[in-house]
Amino acid sequence: MAYAHTAGGTRYRFPTLADLLAKASPARSGDELAGIAARSSIERVAAQIALADLPLKVFLSEHVVPYEADEVTRLIVDQSRANAEVFSQIDSLTVGEFRDFLLSDAATGDRLAALAPAIMPEMAAAVSKLMRLQDLVLVSRKISVVTRFRTTVGLPGRLSTRLQPNHPTDDPAGIAASILDGLLLGSGDAVIGINPVSDNVATLTTLLRLIDRARTRFAIPTQSCVLAHITTQMQAMAQGAPLDLLFQSIGGTEATNASFGVSLSLLDEAHQMARSLNRLPDAPDANIMYFETGQGSSLSANAHHAVDQQTLEARAYAVARHFKPMLVNTVVGFIGPEYLYDGRQILRAGLEDHFCGKLLGLPMGCDICYTNHAEAGQDDMDALLTMLGAAGVNYIMGVPGSDDIMLHYQSTSFHDALYLRSLLGLRPAPEFEAWLATGPLKQLSVQALLNA
Amino acid sequence: MTTPNEKPLQDLPQTPVILSGAKDPCLVSMDRTGSDLGNREAPHISNEAATHPEAKLDLRTLTPARVGLARTGSSLTTTDVLDLALAHAEARDAVHATLSLPTFPEEIERRGWLVGAVKSAAPDRTTYLRRPELGRQLSPASAEYLESWISLPNDPEIVIVIADGLSALAVDRHAIPLLDALQPLLPDWWAIPVIVAEQARVALGDPIGQILKARLSIVLIGERPGLSSPDSLGAYITWQPRPGRTDAERNCISNIRAQGLDYATAAERIAYLCREAARLQLSGTAIKDDPRLQLP
Repeated sequence: MAYAHTAGGTRYRFPTLADLLAKASPARSGDELAGIAARSSIERVAAQIALADLPLKVFLSEHVVPYEADEVTRLIVDQSRANAEVFSQIDSLTVGEFRDFLLSDAATGDRLAALAPAIMPEMAAAVSKLMRLQDLVLVSRKISVVTRFRTTVGLPGRLSTRLQPNHPTDDPAGIAASILDGLLLGSGDAVIGINPVSDNVATLTTLLRLIDRARTRFAIPTQSCVLAHITTQMQAMAQGAPLDLLFQSIGGTEATNASFGVSLSLLDEAHQMARSLNRLPDAPDANIMYFETGQGSSLSANAHHAVDQQTLEARAYAVARHFKPMLVNTVVGFIGPEYLYDGRQILRAGLEDHFCGKLLGLPMGCDICYTNHAEAGQDDMDALLTMLGAAGVNYIMGVPGSDDIMLHYQSTSFHDALYLRSLLGLRPAPEFEAWLATGPLKQLSVQALLNA
Repeated sequence: MTTPNEKPLQDLPQTPVILSGAKDPCLVSMDRTGSDLGNREAPHISNEAATHPEAKLDLRTLTPARVGLARTGSSLTTTDVLDLALAHAEARDAVHATLSLPTFPEEIERRGWLVGAVKSAAPDRTTYLRRPELGRQLSPASAEYLESWISLPNDPEIVIVIADGLSALAVDRHAIPLLDALQPLLPDWWAIPVIVAEQARVALGDPIGQILKARLSIVLIGERPGLSSPDSLGAYITWQPRPGRTDAERNCISNIRAQGLDYATAAERIAYLCREAARLQLSGTAIKDDPRLQLP
């Protein structure tokens, strides 16, 4: 089905829904790279006007990635069909009216939470394209998505952090030094999550044991994760490694996930395996998955089906919500300038991802970050950090001095988290806050963490 | 180039306001949870940490990470903000550096390797940064050059590609020492072509491997510069290189540099992955790292 709008005496036609969404997307280098972006500013706004008039119902029948060719589309359709009754509350709205509804007083946090399962990722992406940054912040702010493992993350008035103590050779002492540094600055209540240099069972097990022993000895209310490939984590689990959260990078198409070496059935299998570890006997339904995403991964894997990168990112959230994850993290500026060119594009993408994730019912965090080949710097990150704090982001990263010495990019520092907590009066997760109040920090040292 | 992170701690400028007179640089690390340092802003952080035994141990000796930074209020001090800015400036400059030509390939040739030189389809750095697909294709002239390159007695088992990637600085510093370490580990190394590639991405090894009919490619490439590591080299192993290979079909060894993975260990891992790829007739996530090469 074709869509069109006349602006300035010119008739702009958009032959497919995917084309309409791509042309309506605020400018970014990845869509330009894919050759699907609007060719002029007027064409972009014409597409946005046409998109505003589009009934939400259209998304039920027109799929941006073919149903037959893609298991993510099939998952999205299944989710939608299972929640058809809930969707009937908004099925008369156009995309533009949906924006107005989201911003209205009628759209309370409870109402949006109830609607979340019925919202397709393409609908969330579509409405976000009609929203300014302040809209994205304001609507996100209404939605609380609370998840629990040993800590409770996402409560209003709280800001958690992933302590990210990466080391260029996976050296346990170096990692322990960064863990200590983070704990002393109140970081680590979402997860202590290490990106390993070496993707193998021995490293994974060594690092999981390091976190687990320290956590047990000092009664630290947090959870462990080592972000190796999911198949490596499965091997480690089979050998008895103490794994709390199961990690995987995911994308919005079947082919993107294939490029990551995963499929929905593999994720299901790994998820069942992690659940069977029964790490929290008193909370068998605890959230145990940790997913990372980021705009541009599908194009990077040549798996984008000519769909814009922001819509595909939202589709990755449909994969995530199937598993009721503990944490979802959009690693917004990591992928590089060919997808998000500069600070302005990273800022918008971070707020879009957080909004779309929350609207779909996910516990969204954000790795507020940039690489050294992007036209961005610390000032850009401060702007995104502050706006995400106002938007109620569940958690951010905590990296010593914001410099990740293994992954070679800049994220947010322990100090950045303190800044945001101080500025907005935010507190850590309640269990972690209670632990800090018991004065445990004086007992901590690198040796104590290593020898726990 | 010395980054601020690599300075001995004794060289770090003092921060008297924060230190309240303390001269021991070890105390710089830890003196940030005391009662005068922003506990009002961060009430969840215990005062007791300021005096705990770890204050005597310098965390900076254990990791190149920026641990132990002082606080003023909840914020970084001026010194640390400027250290970060300088490191960012160094990394930005590394992104725009170029390979030392022609001395770099000449140096490799002197060590007995068969050396060729190619360019990707990206004509300059700005295009390279915005159009990664051009960095994965050979320029028409380079494709022609490779096709008519010196006739090898047999199709090579392995081709090594040395690519500037996002840090020519990394290649200039580490590619030749790594080749030296690899030489004794690779059978018939003298028959392995070494192709130096400009404005190149990892996947440029695919068309190169295809044209040379290699069974496996080793791409040594400058990784995107980090603040503490503007010169980190990566190695990617791909079985049956040809255009269309995905990242899941490659094995990667990262962070080869003075403060990261040393040349000998990196070379052993590369050789191991090459043997495994040949044994399994594939590369990628199906191969796990050699367990013997792991940490204690």
